[in-house]
Amino acid sequence: MTARIGVVTFPGSLDDRDSRRAIRLAGAEPVALWHKDKDLHQVDAVVLCGGFSYGDYLRAGAIARFSPVMDTVIEQAKAGLPVLGICNGFQILTEAHLLPGGMLGNDHLHFICRDQKLRVENADTAWTGDYTAGQEISIPLKNMDGRYVADRRTLDELEAEGRVAFRYVTDGEAADGYGNPNGSLNDIAGITNAAGNVVGLMPHPEHAVEPLIGTGRTDGLPFFTSILKKLVSA
Amino acid sequence: MSRTPLDTVEHAAGTPDVELPWAELGLKKDEYERVVEILGRRPTGAELAMYSVMWSEHCSYKSSKVHLRQFGEKAPRSDAMLVGIGENAGVVDVGQGYAVTFKVESHNHPSYVEPYQGAATGVGGIVRDIIAMGARPVAVVDPLRFGAADHPDTKRVLPGVVAGIGGYGNCLGLPNIGGEVVFDACYQGNPLVNAGAIGVMRHEDIHLAKASGTGNKVILYGARTGGDGIGGASILASETFDDAKPSKRPAVQVGDPFQEKLLIECTLEAFREKLVVGIQDLGAAGLSCATSELASNGSGGMRVTLDDVPLRDSTLSPEEILMSESQERMCAVVEPEKVDRFLEICEKWDVIATVIGEVTDGDRLEIYWHGGKIVDVDPRTVAHDGPVYERPYARPDWQDALQADDANKLPRPQTSEELKDQVLRLVGSPNQASKQWITQQYDHFVQGNTVLAQPEDSGMIRIDEETGLGVAIATDGNGRYAKLDPYTGAQLALAEAYRNVATTGAKPLAVSDCLNFGSPEDPAVMWQFAEAVRGLADGCLQLGTPVTGGNVSLYNQTGEAAIHPTPVVAVLGVIDDVARRTPAAFQEEGQLIYLLGDTREEFGGSAWSQVVHDHLGGLPPKVDLERERLLGEILISASRDGMIDSAHDLSDGGLVQAVVESALLGGKGARLVVPDGLDAFTFLFSESAGRAVVAVPRSEELRFTDMCGVRGLPATRVGVVDGDTVELQGEFTLTLEELRETHEATIPALLA
Repeated sequence: MTARIGVVTFPGSLDDRDSRRAIRLAGAEPVALWHKDKDLHQVDAVVLCGGFSYGDYLRAGAIARFSPVMDTVIEQAKAGLPVLGICNGFQILTEAHLLPGGMLGNDHLHFICRDQKLRVENADTAWTGDYTAGQEISIPLKNMDGRYVADRRTLDELEAEGRVAFRYVTDGEAADGYGNPNGSLNDIAGITNAAGNVVGLMPHPEHAVEPLIGTGRTDGLPFFTSILKKLVSA
Repeated sequence: MSRTPLDTVEHAAGTPDVELPWAELGLKKDEYERVVEILGRRPTGAELAMYSVMWSEHCSYKSSKVHLRQFGEKAPRSDAMLVGIGENAGVVDVGQGYAVTFKVESHNHPSYVEPYQGAATGVGGIVRDIIAMGARPVAVVDPLRFGAADHPDTKRVLPGVVAGIGGYGNCLGLPNIGGEVVFDACYQGNPLVNAGAIGVMRHEDIHLAKASGTGNKVILYGARTGGDGIGGASILASETFDDAKPSKRPAVQVGDPFQEKLLIECTLEAFREKLVVGIQDLGAAGLSCATSELASNGSGGMRVTLDDVPLRDSTLSPEEILMSESQERMCAVVEPEKVDRFLEICEKWDVIATVIGEVTDGDRLEIYWHGGKIVDVDPRTVAHDGPVYERPYARPDWQDALQADDANKLPRPQTSEELKDQVLRLVGSPNQASKQWITQQYDHFVQGNTVLAQPEDSGMIRIDEETGLGVAIATDGNGRYAKLDPYTGAQLALAEAYRNVATTGAKPLAVSDCLNFGSPEDPAVMWQFAEAVRGLADGCLQLGTPVTGGNVSLYNQTGEAAIHPTPVVAVLGVIDDVARRTPAAFQEEGQLIYLLGDTREEFGGSAWSQVVHDHLGGLPPKVDLERERLLGEILISASRDGMIDSAHDLSDGGLVQAVVESALLGGKGARLVVPDGLDAFTFLFSESAGRAVVAVPRSEELRFTDMCGVRGLPATRVGVVDGDTVELQGEFTLTLEELRETHEATIPALLA
């Protein structure tokens, strides 16, 4: 048996096709969801993909968070529905208060697109089971507003509870994808909620699922196999 | 407030003596008289607006037309051409039922005035050209040229242009896979911002810009129309008809990539449901261009009610509405029974769509405003019968002296130490340095089909996930070569782009170009243009790659100083299975490095002559297009049969530049030996055309050299992939670390 995983398309979503492809390559069934439609069509999990939802002219993710589909996503995520937010999706999750903190403009003030080294810090979430804690992976990063910030208390809480899911690996050459690419506090690349069903990160695992394509690595595929395994075994 | 009467056709006929500001709108006296002759009366203000903008150099190609005809006259026979010059973009058959459309355009002048918006709207325009052919855009490329890298104004223009391309392109979800960044003082006041795009469709989905079928509706959709880009029309509006309203508005348009993204999605959805008969994007000359082109290419006429155009500024005059260059707008022709569905799709994407007119059975384009007819013209006279100039041209008197100033006679390095020093200066010079600081501001990954992106020789996109069918594109141009000899320079640009595509394993199919030159009113510039076009047309005929379309940008000139003649050539190729692509990076230690082609003492226009001697003179490298074709065939066969693991074309900077790039990309060094018959300097720095370096696995060496031998391509073993240094035996050793630092630090240090 397989699982149905929804990918929401907002106006301005860019990586919706890519996310559906990644889900398909992992062996699950991708389901296209529409921002104006409250109905999640019985999906078992949801991916909020990258892009510039509604143009992101106000603040990344600020408008998308109020879309009809998000009403349902927020409600069901609180009840345990697995949700993965990638890049703009992560920004939407923080705007929706499903994850704490927020994203500011990159400290160097430029868009940055590169292959990025990450360390998997938490392999116990719904989306990271196929990784091992401490594993280093390399997946593309591309954003303008990727600098993760939160107040000290939140950061301490995230660290204490092991909720930093991914960290930028800084001990290596920039040319090889090492380093904190945007000034994120504590080198945070992605976090999870306490229950482990909601995960958000800035880099793009859906762009690292096929040899030959993009960076030619498949380090992002375990996101999608992890959730599939979890859903199928549940 | 009193208003002067509306300048209708009737009013114009009754007031033949009214003086119109045709000169301010850029028309020459004889051009205006021609309009009067065509119409049999004086034009209305609105008609004058349309003629003036459509007969401008930018829209009518009046100076270049007589030369551009060669692209058609000399076009090689090619079964791959589905749609040729004249449509928004040419269409090429790439097999398996797929067709590809691609085009390069310039946005030079706006990008100097306002770098961010100028560059951003350049991307927007070329992408709309692609969707207007019925294609889904799949990638963009950006050939860019700026003034001297260390000039203070470059630091204003370049970061703005790059941010504009990124800011707009990244929001559209199109991977940026190629292009160039070149610095030269000749572009100081005239940066060249060229933008290219590729789109993919099924053969049956090609849509052409024409309005056919009486009764079909004309739908304007996308952004509201505002007062941007209407400098000329403002003169008309304020001086002639009503001087009580605001009219000074920015001449550079402002882009909204979010609106464009919605426009792309809703257009593609309408295509999928086969709702569109004809389509045209609104770019230069806005509605004037779209309505006159749609009507003149179709079978009938067109009636448009301008009052129905959604406005951002309600005070706009009809002339301004016709000329407005507001971005993110398109015009579709739709059968009446499909209009509702079309509007529904637009509404789904929150795109404003309005029926503004219909196709009529006459042959007139009629435009109404407030109930009065303000335009009544034969649309062909607006869109296609513009003036054609036979501008005088003459080989400049300085050309001989320039060619006599032989770069081969410049002092060469005398010691190993000097040789090493010049290698480092070359790979760290702005033109040869890594452009990563720039390209990493562009999204290469979106859509999940990017096989190769810059700094690879060509960008490559998979277009079919099942079969692995892919397309490759490379853009090249070398203004220095073209200055020395425009005919050869244009062919060298073609040869390099062709070679770049073949280097990655794709078969070159077709050409698009962006011809950037100075003022056509200068006979010397016109000669450069004529020579370059002749060279390109002859070259395309010989290589069997037809020109499918392109763009001309003239007046890239400040005072007497024109830019170097800069024909930028884009070559599109196809590869049956992207798994066979050849990257530039060295893959494995121990592989043998082969130099393909002949190396001669050719330094005219070379990077070495520029970096070390700040010199431009002599003759550019010789072109041998038969050799280019043979080299291409060898590279493609070797890729298909797995005989080579990496390949890199040799062009500006010569062999040393190519080897250093392959080494840094792969993180693997090289040990090189100067082959018999060459000296170290020529081996490293010569820019002879028709060459590439390849890395051959030892197990394939015999098969590969046999193939080259049988087919008559010189293949010389010049080294081996090895270690973490680039070493030229008996001369010098440079560590990859040192090379990387030198190669990568330059651009951020100048511009970050």
